[in-house]
Amino acid sequence: MTSARRTDGVLAALFLAPSLAVFSVFVFYPLGRTIWLGQHEEDPFGRRRVYVGLSRFWDVLSSESFRDSLGVTVRFTLLTVPLGLALGLGLALLAHQQLRGVTVFRTIFSSTVATSVAVASLMWLTLFNPSIGVINQLLLELGRDPVRWLQDKDTALAAVSVTTVWQNLGVTFIIISAGLQSLPDELYEAARVDGIGPWRQLRHITLPLLSPTLLFASVVLTISAFQSFGQIDLLTAGGPLDSTRVIVYSIFSDARAGDLGLASAQATLLFVILLALTLVQFRVLERRTFYGGDR
Amino acid sequence: MAAIADPAPVRRSSRGARTALRYAGLSVAAAVVLFPIYCAVVVAVQPASRLLEFPGILLPTDPDLSTFGDAFRRGHLGRYLLNSAVASLIITAGQIVTSVLAAYAFAFLRFRGKNAVFTLFLATLMVPAEVTIVANLQTIDSLGWQDTFQGLTAPFLAFAFGTFLVRQAFLGIPAELRDAAALDGYGHWGFLRQVAVPLASPAIAALGLFSFLLAWNQYLWPLLITEDADMRTVQIGLKSLASGRVDELNLVMAGTVVAALPILLLLLAFQRTLVRGLTSGAVKG
Repeated sequence: MTSARRTDGVLAALFLAPSLAVFSVFVFYPLGRTIWLGQHEEDPFGRRRVYVGLSRFWDVLSSESFRDSLGVTVRFTLLTVPLGLALGLGLALLAHQQLRGVTVFRTIFSSTVATSVAVASLMWLTLFNPSIGVINQLLLELGRDPVRWLQDKDTALAAVSVTTVWQNLGVTFIIISAGLQSLPDELYEAARVDGIGPWRQLRHITLPLLSPTLLFASVVLTISAFQSFGQIDLLTAGGPLDSTRVIVYSIFSDARAGDLGLASAQATLLFVILLALTLVQFRVLERRTFYGGDR
Repeated sequence: MAAIADPAPVRRSSRGARTALRYAGLSVAAAVVLFPIYCAVVVAVQPASRLLEFPGILLPTDPDLSTFGDAFRRGHLGRYLLNSAVASLIITAGQIVTSVLAAYAFAFLRFRGKNAVFTLFLATLMVPAEVTIVANLQTIDSLGWQDTFQGLTAPFLAFAFGTFLVRQAFLGIPAELRDAAALDGYGHWGFLRQVAVPLASPAIAALGLFSFLLAWNQYLWPLLITEDADMRTVQIGLKSLASGRVDELNLVMAGTVVAALPILLLLLAFQRTLVRGLTSGAVKG
């Protein structure tokens, strides 16, 4: 027994080593390094690092530029999450019917999961194009003035949000559809026997039972909003006038400009925000599976 | 699939009208979802001179596929696609190997500190790549791995989520099977190869598809570590394609459609396997 256990231990070490090696070098070490770098400042020549300590985080947190990018990120989240959730729910309800050929529609509704951020952004870049984009040409047909969607600081964030909502539609649809399919049929049969119409079924049965799924989907979308980068880089490059400079874009451009300390301090703050959101996600997930197992 | 309530018994005519209404709703929604994709395809197959004809552009009269050729010839799309394929396959293979091994240790081996190591794996899911890019970029720099496949793939060769997925499938293998294999003289390595991996193959296939999809669609990391045009993945290649002139928008859309195609095909194929798996399970159950 003991010897079996010992060989088990050796084998386990061998089997776990590849994963642990990758995680050590590319997850745990860089996390520590990021927090460390965030507490240091480079002299203008980038040769010497000076320890400035935890106060660095406070400085960044209270700096106008970080607050601005945090504000943009929060606004971006508010523009994308509720709308994405509502549209995903609408599509899931539409597709949740016994109709011939409904699987074709399910495939179409989940199709945007296949698009990468670059693919989705470039498709919308074409639609938003000031002169040849379909959206502006439609406006012209209707006798309205064309809008420079991505070059105007009042519309750029909204345009980026529309792109994001569309790209996330597939994932949102899949999550909510799975939630809908796990709801017990008996309840609906009972409701029908009692003569309760479809709208009241939706309000009093479907939505309350679906609320853990909706909460889960909204946390997933919020985390993804805080991690957004590609659509900003491709559509607006953070502009105009920093109106779309979300946190990850800010980290990226500060790192590109060579200020690794500032980039790392922001990355550390982003880590804290995302950690809190992830913990919420795990709690929700736990509750959701518990609910599922309980049934 | 799940059944929503059939409508309460109503007269046949109103039922027909209701069904028609449902199809209309589904069709409108599908048209809205597909509109950007449709526009991309339409722009891709038309000469640049037609791009200003509205609404004529939405109905291509004589599709011109030469744009795709141009995207490959002038846009270097072939090289980008090859880079993406190589990097994605390395990442997928790496994640499958590391995940299967680690999952086996968690599911079948008894060792001290298992819970602690498991927590460590769980913790990696809480550190998103966006947080560690700055430090990882320094690591890749100091290794001299800028503009190499090592640089593109090394950080992603292990995946805690994949380990959990395979571990879950391993845990579903009955203990009697393990005992029987032990009686037949199978050691851990034999059991892993002859029994565990074949039985967990649906989960492993799902992991493979998921890994490939995520790897193919990566943006931030390949953007940061490739300077050399010859090492760009297709996602980054699209960015350089798009920084060209407006009258080459058809070229950009052709590239975009081509870049999206492999993943779209994979998902369509994957969906069928998924449905088959579900229905066969239902028959057995």
